[in-house]
Amino acid sequence: MKFTEEHEWLLEEDDGIVTVGITAHAAEQLGDVVFVELPDVGATVSKDDEVVVIESVKAASDILAPIDGEIVEVNESIVAEPGKVNEDPEGEAWFFKVRVEADDMAVMDDYMDEAAYKKFVG
Amino acid sequence: MSGKQGENGSGSDDLARFEVQDVCGCGVDHGPGGHPADDHEPEDEGGLKRTPLHALHLELGAKMVEFAGYEMPVQYPMGVLKEHLHTRAAAGLFDVSHMGQVVLRGRTCDVALALETLVPVDVAGIVEGRQRYGFFTNDQGGIEDDLMIANRGDHLFVVVNAACKDADVARMRAELEPGVVVKLLDNRALLALQGPGAADALAKLNPAVREMRFMDVATLELAGAECWISRSGYTGEDGFEISVPDAAAETLARALLTIDAVEPIGLGARDSLRLEAGLCLYGHDIDADTSPIEAALVWAIQKVRRPGGARAGGYPGAERIAGDLAEGVARKRVGVRPEGRAPMREGIQLFAGETGGEPVGIVTSGGFGPTLGAPVAMGYVPAALSKAGTQIFGEVRGKRLAVEVVSLPFVPAGFKR
Repeated sequence: MKFTEEHEWLLEEDDGIVTVGITAHAAEQLGDVVFVELPDVGATVSKDDEVVVIESVKAASDILAPIDGEIVEVNESIVAEPGKVNEDPEGEAWFFKVRVEADDMAVMDDYMDEAAYKKFVG
Repeated sequence: MSGKQGENGSGSDDLARFEVQDVCGCGVDHGPGGHPADDHEPEDEGGLKRTPLHALHLELGAKMVEFAGYEMPVQYPMGVLKEHLHTRAAAGLFDVSHMGQVVLRGRTCDVALALETLVPVDVAGIVEGRQRYGFFTNDQGGIEDDLMIANRGDHLFVVVNAACKDADVARMRAELEPGVVVKLLDNRALLALQGPGAADALAKLNPAVREMRFMDVATLELAGAECWISRSGYTGEDGFEISVPDAAAETLARALLTIDAVEPIGLGARDSLRLEAGLCLYGHDIDADTSPIEAALVWAIQKVRRPGGARAGGYPGAERIAGDLAEGVARKRVGVRPEGRAPMREGIQLFAGETGGEPVGIVTSGGFGPTLGAPVAMGYVPAALSKAGTQIFGEVRGKRLAVEVVSLPFVPAGFKR
């Protein structure tokens, strides 16, 4: 699993599919999540596009695409139960899966590993 | 004649009685030197003021934020959502010591009639031991602040918003003195205990609180301190607001927190509770440009102060408000329920149709209502669109989403009338 400075995690699965979610640290900072708006399956996203809207009781935040690719699946269960984002952010409450071309996968090397992320959030 | 100079420098004979009375109103026995300076709203390095419960908030794991110049708890480890639901189900303890507590004593005039020159409220009709909601108006009939006014026998006790308290005190000093002594208390904390379990919890410290009805005020001992208690609050729940001497505030808070039903609740949940209760937040739902009639606060202007009443008018902006009462208003505050799950927050523009057209209104406060498990909002719409059941649209991130205009409150009040 890799981590961005924007508090997303990325997990490379088979066949060039990357699953994206937010970190436990981010979920805790956001507080109780009450609304999640996910991208459309089939959409092509570029790194730093605003792809997800996430709202807690008090505030709205955007999640930026951490990698280029095509959205192949979204996690509808967190739309129905946004509280899952607080309960299991790095497990069941993933946000979307994106198919990434081999060339574009290189960006994964720029991201932090778990030890580096832990250090980053202090 | 004591020779003591009054706060405005006058030397009225009537001042003598303040020498023997508790001039500062703190309820704690102390010498003529008053309180040691370090009792008074200590500041942190950043210049933010702290309440007497600051250390307790940190001990309880509160997340502290700046609010109206104070360092205040926005939430505790339980989190805003659970704190909100806990208050609706049991009892929540809030620190609202940032709010302004002001004592008004008539020196040469009737203090109630004097205050009526600043508020469109029947102050003279508040009997001893009762409290009433009101607001200061300006010459344009806009609202300068909202407040609670209690008749405590030989004085009025008013509670005003933190962000407005200096302006409110300046306004009262300018307009009411020298006939009235205006004293902003700087040595009393204010706690709110709210929720269906509040009365049972507070009765453990003093059973006499059970005798109080909604908007009653009383002076009662709690945890060894003389407290000024009102059965009121700003959450839509039954509950109490308790003015307690600074020195006794932490003891009282700890005594309440040992009761099973009571949990500490932050300002985050206080905001979502008052939103669900349809209560206005000053600076958001009401402000200097909003008339009380537009704000649907006409209920707070008693008949005696309306045109034709025995003490009609006589407050700033009375002509505008009389006109609004007679002719109606172009826009009105309403409840708004978005049909989807997306919260509509302050500043969201409202439209009559799903496409095209100029915005017809705006959301003044909104978010997620934990009790309803759905988004809720308040805002202003044209009178023609203010009827409950009207469908309009809110534009969220470029998309028009359907909302229904609804009657307030979203959650019925639990007051013990």
